[in-house]
Amino acid sequence: MTDYSVEEPVLIVEDLVRHYRLPKESLFAEHRYVYALNGVSFEIKKGKSFGVVGESGCGKSTLARNVMALEDTDGGSVRILGEEVVGLSFEQLRPLRQHFQMVFQDPYGSLDPHLNVDRIVAEPLAALGPLTSAERDERVREVLESVGLKSGDISKYPHEFSGGQRQRIAIARALITHPELIVADEPVSALDVSVQAQVLNLLKDLQESFGVTYMFISHDLAVVEYLCDEVAVMYLGEIVEKGRTEDLFANPAHPYTRILLDAVPQPGAAKKRDRIKLAGNVTGQTEIRAGCAFQDRCPMVKNVCRSEKPPLVAVEEEHLAACHFSADVRAKNKPAAG
Amino acid sequence: MTLLDVQDLTITLATAEGPARAVRDLSFSLERGETLGIVGESGCGKSMTALALMSLLPERSNTEGKILLESEDLLRFSEKDLCNIRGNRMAMIFQEPMTSLNPVHTIGHQVMEPLRLHKGLDKDAAHAEALRLLDRVGIPNPKARIRNYPHQLSGGQRQRVMIALALSCGPDILIADEPTTALDVTIQDQILELIQNLVSEDGMALILISHDLGVISENTDKVLVMYGGSAVETGRTDKIFGELTHPYTLGLFAAMPKLGMGRNARLATIPGVVPDLMNLPAGCTFFDRCPLASDHCRDASPPVHVLNPDHAVACHNIDDARGKKSEELYL
Repeated sequence: MTDYSVEEPVLIVEDLVRHYRLPKESLFAEHRYVYALNGVSFEIKKGKSFGVVGESGCGKSTLARNVMALEDTDGGSVRILGEEVVGLSFEQLRPLRQHFQMVFQDPYGSLDPHLNVDRIVAEPLAALGPLTSAERDERVREVLESVGLKSGDISKYPHEFSGGQRQRIAIARALITHPELIVADEPVSALDVSVQAQVLNLLKDLQESFGVTYMFISHDLAVVEYLCDEVAVMYLGEIVEKGRTEDLFANPAHPYTRILLDAVPQPGAAKKRDRIKLAGNVTGQTEIRAGCAFQDRCPMVKNVCRSEKPPLVAVEEEHLAACHFSADVRAKNKPAAG
Repeated sequence: MTLLDVQDLTITLATAEGPARAVRDLSFSLERGETLGIVGESGCGKSMTALALMSLLPERSNTEGKILLESEDLLRFSEKDLCNIRGNRMAMIFQEPMTSLNPVHTIGHQVMEPLRLHKGLDKDAAHAEALRLLDRVGIPNPKARIRNYPHQLSGGQRQRVMIALALSCGPDILIADEPTTALDVTIQDQILELIQNLVSEDGMALILISHDLGVISENTDKVLVMYGGSAVETGRTDKIFGELTHPYTLGLFAAMPKLGMGRNARLATIPGVVPDLMNLPAGCTFFDRCPLASDHCRDASPPVHVLNPDHAVACHNIDDARGKKSEELYL
């Protein structure tokens, strides 16, 4: 295995492509495709959190599934701890899966109702090879304690827990193999505000104590700002802006990011805020077009946007954006308060 | 005349484990053209209140108090009379537009149904009116879309169809129960703006139910904060957000990630879990999670303090709570 103790990022994704084939509309018709991922590249350093934001249909969940090697990828590379996972068979992936685990959105659907907490949480240990039952019980006890569940909960079934506690069980199951990388797909969006805060703080604490790396997918920008070191904004299967959370949120360089930030309702804000609004919804997943992915909905679209695809280029240190007019967007940003 | 006046509404649900008191002694009123927000977490009784207003509660439930629609008590109405009110004078938009639309009928059929039932329009007139409504809620190309089934529309468009349905008979009161929770922020923005515009054009009253303090703050005139089935803080939206007072409201606000708070801040959490509706304490429902709670809070219902004509708080320890910042209460 590659030595990853020095400087090697935990996850390197290069030019990841995923196109889903649609059923034929008639016998002689050409197959059409959903272009879910069109060349996505990023890397995550050890112990950091990387957020992926965007509307439904932008490809963020597809990205999670491909990083987790849960489906076949059409092109590109995903290296976890230096090991290429694209193209490996299910059996080859099995021993590697202990290093990358996933937490799903819906804590009601992701836990098997027939299994008790002990079996749910211990299940990933099968990937580690044989363990004595004493070792196994010790790991289960340890991991349940770290997510704040009681040892008495071990024989209970999922229906006996509230949504927040179920998400703790799901996090415990992801943690038990001591993974380097946890991919979390909207882990708090099904939870109430006060419970969401508990789970977010838990994720932060676990990162501090175990140094685990997160890839965190969410549509809630405030949640991403709270948890993530770096953010990527996705639109139609592409990263349109990427950077350190504080830079990107304070001074976005892509109109889509600006609009997403403006659309978040603020408690205590004036009733009618002045902001750019976005018309329509995400469309165009099934076609390949010239020009910018965001051209149909962009309020500042010009002719060049329809003919030339803007490259993802640096607008400042560690801050990339794919927009012909990123300088104009940044010039319009209000000066940061304080 | 007050359009809607709810007095001492109490809802008890019969469950296998015994009676659950979903809503306790809730009172509020609504005038024409006003927007009321009801905010709270799961199990606080906000959806039950909405269902009670529409008389759609499960059969094994008991409702006490009064729901006065222009001085007529809806709780005394027969089922037949209620059918004339539902969809006609009061209409509701539900959270999940996929499950609340009928998958085996076209959207046109569904929008035309209340028009034919309540307004007695014939098929052609109802069809023309349905086209007008779909256009009004911003469905592109309504002539083609009217023949679509719900699965052929996106989430935002389905919610637009739900709004067209709710508006079809020009109700006096529109109840929107978490209308944007299943939608993206950008679509949420569009839908909330649409509801606001339609409500102000028609002079309707709106009850907007949400768990999101941001949505409530930007879209309502008055707020009702609910916890464990009762109202803990009520008043004008700007007054409440100007001075959050009840320990629960403060906790809810502190627990919410807000843009611009940065990564080094830590979210406050309210310890414990929501109360079991089967065994509610005699006193304040929030006492076991409240940082200011005393023995008194457990035993006696909290009195309602009127801070000013537009802001009232139900709390025993109002003097302690007042002037406290949420960060001081929850750490």
